[in-house]
Amino acid sequence: MAATTAPTRPRDGGPRAPKRRPWDEAPRWQIYLPLGLYLLFTIIPFYWMLLFAIRPAGSTSLLPWPITFEHFDKVWTERSFALFFQNSLIVGVLSMLMTTLVALAGGYALARFDFKIKRGFMLALLCSQFIPGALMLVPLFQIFANLQMINSLGSVIIAEAVFQLPLSMILISGFIKNVPYSLEEAAWVDGCGRFRAFCAVVLPLLRPGLIAVGSFAFVHSWNHFLFALMFLSNQDKQTIPVGLATLMGADSVDLGALAAGGVIAALPVVIVFAFIQKWLVTGFSAGAVKG
Amino acid sequence: MASAVAKAPPQPPPRRRTPGAHRRRTGATPRRLPYLLIAPAGLLMLGFIAYPVISVFYYSLRHYNPTKPWRDGFAGFDNFVTAFTEDPQFWQTLGFSLQWVAVEVVLQLLLGLGLALIVNQTFIGRAMARALVFSPWAVSGVLTSTIWLLIFNSQTGITRYLADMGIGSYGTSWLSDTSTVFPAVVVAELWRGVPFFAILILADLQSVSKDLYEAAEVDGASRFRQFFHITLPHLKDAIILSTLLRAVWEFNNVDLLYTLTGGGPAGETTTLPLRIASIAVDSHDFGYASALTSIAFVILLFCSMVYLRLSKFGGQDK
Repeated sequence: MAATTAPTRPRDGGPRAPKRRPWDEAPRWQIYLPLGLYLLFTIIPFYWMLLFAIRPAGSTSLLPWPITFEHFDKVWTERSFALFFQNSLIVGVLSMLMTTLVALAGGYALARFDFKIKRGFMLALLCSQFIPGALMLVPLFQIFANLQMINSLGSVIIAEAVFQLPLSMILISGFIKNVPYSLEEAAWVDGCGRFRAFCAVVLPLLRPGLIAVGSFAFVHSWNHFLFALMFLSNQDKQTIPVGLATLMGADSVDLGALAAGGVIAALPVVIVFAFIQKWLVTGFSAGAVKG
Repeated sequence: MASAVAKAPPQPPPRRRTPGAHRRRTGATPRRLPYLLIAPAGLLMLGFIAYPVISVFYYSLRHYNPTKPWRDGFAGFDNFVTAFTEDPQFWQTLGFSLQWVAVEVVLQLLLGLGLALIVNQTFIGRAMARALVFSPWAVSGVLTSTIWLLIFNSQTGITRYLADMGIGSYGTSWLSDTSTVFPAVVVAELWRGVPFFAILILADLQSVSKDLYEAAEVDGASRFRQFFHITLPHLKDAIILSTLLRAVWEFNNVDLLYTLTGGGPAGETTTLPLRIASIAVDSHDFGYASALTSIAFVILLFCSMVYLRLSKFGGQDK
């Protein structure tokens, strides 16, 4: 009769005799109950948006039946989300590339060299985290106006990339510090120059971190709204978040269209997220926290 | 001996190729290399962060309003005096900003910590659960607003279904009622903000050595005590970093409140950055907006100094 299977772990509430429970094994209910509640909190809003996006206008059913794609049709063509999508993609990819490359160079310098202005530079990186980007719109606008870049995606690409730079550089230099210097030195002994040693030895080990930083940058600029709102006044240059805000600001909000627009906005980041999710945590554990 | 470079870390060997091999770029000697590497980042940040910051400080000392050119000129500290003495809305928005940051950050930290501890355990479906609970992290402010606007909508939002079940009344809009708007926006922002903490804390949790727990286990420490004596001290740096980053982020966050409530009802949810944006965009008073920006900047800089003191960031660690 007695505990036949499940040998070592005593039942909850059982005699507290020898506690041989490693940290990893809390009682099951202590995991599933709060997690379940939190999952509901996470998922219901997503479900709600999806529901509004695929059920017919005027329906109040909590189940999306019958399914309709009229709302998608409407935002994609009438509300030119097809164009917004393309613009957002251009901004996201180019600013991600720019951030990652520039941060990689800078991060390497911070991780591997001691130089005079290093502390000052680190301090500048940190301080720039505390600068309200949103509050510098006026001077930024003037800069881009002087560069004749208002109403071109270039202004948004640069602004997004620059504001992602400090954090990306801090993260990347953390990742590089985690790669033992001796590996690089070994490559030099084998006759590689610094650049070749970096490409052959450090870069492959850096991949998870770079993916984390790159996706972080992409997601950020895909989502960010203020620069696009301020620097792009032509409707055909707008990005998805601005398109969404426009839908919300309409006199009578078309909830179906808004929800469909939301789904379109969420799709790429959800895909990116699903793809990088497993690297995300390892990436941050290597980079962020060590500073 | 190469005594001149004694302090520098080991360098790759100088290239000894045949004399005919073309010389490498002359500038890239090891002494200059780090400067060369940080140059692109440094120049970009000088041009697009440092210069705008300086201009904000400069504008804050001027009357600068394109629609009122006759007032242009040096103003000294007029703008600051106005803010501190004549503008009750400044204090109100500053107060709301601080309240917003405090509530959001504390709740996000606690929930994020709890969530991280849970998904750090081993259980069936963990990978799936992690992916799901982290997913709002990827969602933008505007998209968060979209989602919660649908939920809070007075006609077809969740209130309607709650009313069907006898909770509350039909036609309530949580976003336009001054007594419910704060909890409503807090919940919306929590939804997106908790995963940020959870991810950063989980990342750090995974680097705690298992040996410590085993040793504590042997000594008979309860899980409770293990948490307070091993886990929490280990997480200290991660918590400081994420809290400060998030606090600044929440302080500066414009898109969620702008699109969800527009700062309303009755200015109830206007943060300082929202107010600055509206001063700049609606009344074109760039001088005054810049003065408020400078104040915000100083407040945030103060936070960064506190962080520096607490964590000794940027030390000569290798």
